Amino acid sequence: MTPLLEIEHLSVSFATRAGPARAVDDVALAIAPGETVTLVGESGCGKTVTALSLLRLLPASATLGPASRIRFDGRDVLALDREELRRLRGGAIGMVFQEPAASLNPVLTIGAHVVETIQAHDDVAGATARTRARELLATVGLRDPERLMARYPHELSGGMQQRAYLAMALAARPRLLIADEPTTALDVTTQAQILALLADLTGRLGMAMLLITHNLGIAAAVADRVAVMYAGRIVELAPRAALFARPAHPYTRGLLQAAPRLDGPARPTPAIPGAVPSATAWPDGCRFRPRCGHAWERCRTEPGLAEAGTDHVARCWLVTERPEGPA
Amino acid sequence: MTRLQVGSGLVGVLLLLAVLAPVLATHPPHVQLDLDALRNAGPSLTHPLGTDPYSRDLLSRVLHGARVSLGIAVLAVLVAVIVGVTVGVVSGWAGGVLDAVLMRIVDAALAVPRLFTVLVPLALWEHVTVPAIIAILGGTGWFAMSRLVRAEVRAARARPWVAAARAVGVPPIRIVARHLLPNIAGPVIVVATMGIGQVVLLEAGLSYLGLGVPQPLPSWGSIIADGQPVLRAAPWVAGSAGLALVATVLAFTLVGDGLRERLDPRAS
Repeated sequence: MTPLLEIEHLSVSFATRAGPARAVDDVALAIAPGETVTLVGESGCGKTVTALSLLRLLPASATLGPASRIRFDGRDVLALDREELRRLRGGAIGMVFQEPAASLNPVLTIGAHVVETIQAHDDVAGATARTRARELLATVGLRDPERLMARYPHELSGGMQQRAYLAMALAARPRLLIADEPTTALDVTTQAQILALLADLTGRLGMAMLLITHNLGIAAAVADRVAVMYAGRIVELAPRAALFARPAHPYTRGLLQAAPRLDGPARPTPAIPGAVPSATAWPDGCRFRPRCGHAWERCRTEPGLAEAGTDHVARCWLVTERPEGPA
Repeated sequence: MTRLQVGSGLVGVLLLLAVLAPVLATHPPHVQLDLDALRNAGPSLTHPLGTDPYSRDLLSRVLHGARVSLGIAVLAVLVAVIVGVTVGVVSGWAGGVLDAVLMRIVDAALAVPRLFTVLVPLALWEHVTVPAIIAILGGTGWFAMSRLVRAEVRAARARPWVAAARAVGVPPIRIVARHLLPNIAGPVIVVATMGIGQVVLLEAGLSYLGLGVPQPLPSWGSIIADGQPVLRAAPWVAGSAGLALVATVLAFTLVGDGLRERLDPRAS
């Protein structure tokens, strides 16, 4: 199937005092229509920058690498003019963010927000837009939309705020939803509800989703495929089942081991030693080498993405080679 | 009573007097009543504030002066707000080269004393009209406003809900109108209110020098000028317009101060 979204050679760097920070480095990713892909990684690995670059929402200090390609539905996103880009944002691609409270303007009502988004994409009269807004609020599982329309953001709980913003993101029936840590700011029970809602909506609306999270549990719950990102690069990409059953990259294994489990004896979670390196100075060779327990001579050269199974690739020499001599 | 209440009350009374001046005035403001008997007459029942050296009824002149002075000030500040907010929004929103160019122009304009930029065109003009005075006072009054608005726009633009509105495709014009302008309305109103008091004073100064409102149109500044030669014999001439001037500046400053307190979340 032709992919809905196709990213190739995406590189993003930021000018900093310490030199250019290569936040995203040669990332490739494709999402099929209706498919849910999660992008998993630690803070600072480049997942949010990747998401923002898809809608060209990066700050002015960011520069895209010259080889970067982003195609959505056959169109070159990087070649769109201002108006086409505005129509794409919230049109064919919706996006929700981490902090629902901050995504809503405190002086505008929920109704005003949703109506504004509807009218940004569709030239409809106020009454029609208000009816559609009520339907959208009901779609995202908010009860009593009529009353909610007149409420201000601070009168809503975090979960309700996130649902309200989601209603805005869905206003123009997008074919792809980008959700950047949509549940991180919410408490655990609300998280589960929002995730269930997202899974339900993608199914019902036939919408593809790129879900960005640092939480493997979330990836396990909703993803068709999982991409693991480390230090600006995708290090492993696999169907959900394969990734959790046979993680090929030591970093993915470390993440899986570090995830706390509720279904076993309590134990201290083994953390991955060290921290994500700085984007101004990625390590030479394999970027995970300084924190990797398996690192050997070979890792001084950076590995490419090697086939580790069906639709399963990992950026590690161990996929294809074994260290010589006693390991 | 708070400053805001006192100030608003005073402003209300002044505006009411200005609006009702044609009704309240007992005489036409520019008619010389009796050049033989009624020059510099003291307050009386028929002339509550007395008359001026040209035997015109002073109460009528001060009342009509309120119309002229306040009208000029309000319109001039309106011009300044429109220009200042436009330049500030464009500069703050666009950023980059346009922002740099606009703000350097504003810097240069702010470096010249306002009295100078106001006096030069007026002094070179032969027949100054009221619209011209409004244009000059408004055209020299927006520099600080544009800086303020630019700073507020830049701060408001960085708010996450502005990014969130962009991410769902809300057009820039709408973002400015619905998300930015309401956020900057508070400071703009405060500065504009205080600006009215200042412009009343500035216009009075110009009219006092004879460079402002042309005679025989009454302005508080020209009434003070009329009264100056007879300050000893008829202090009520300059005094009445002076008091009106003091009350006006005080009123608008009180309102501005009160509004600042009310609108600024940082001041408790």
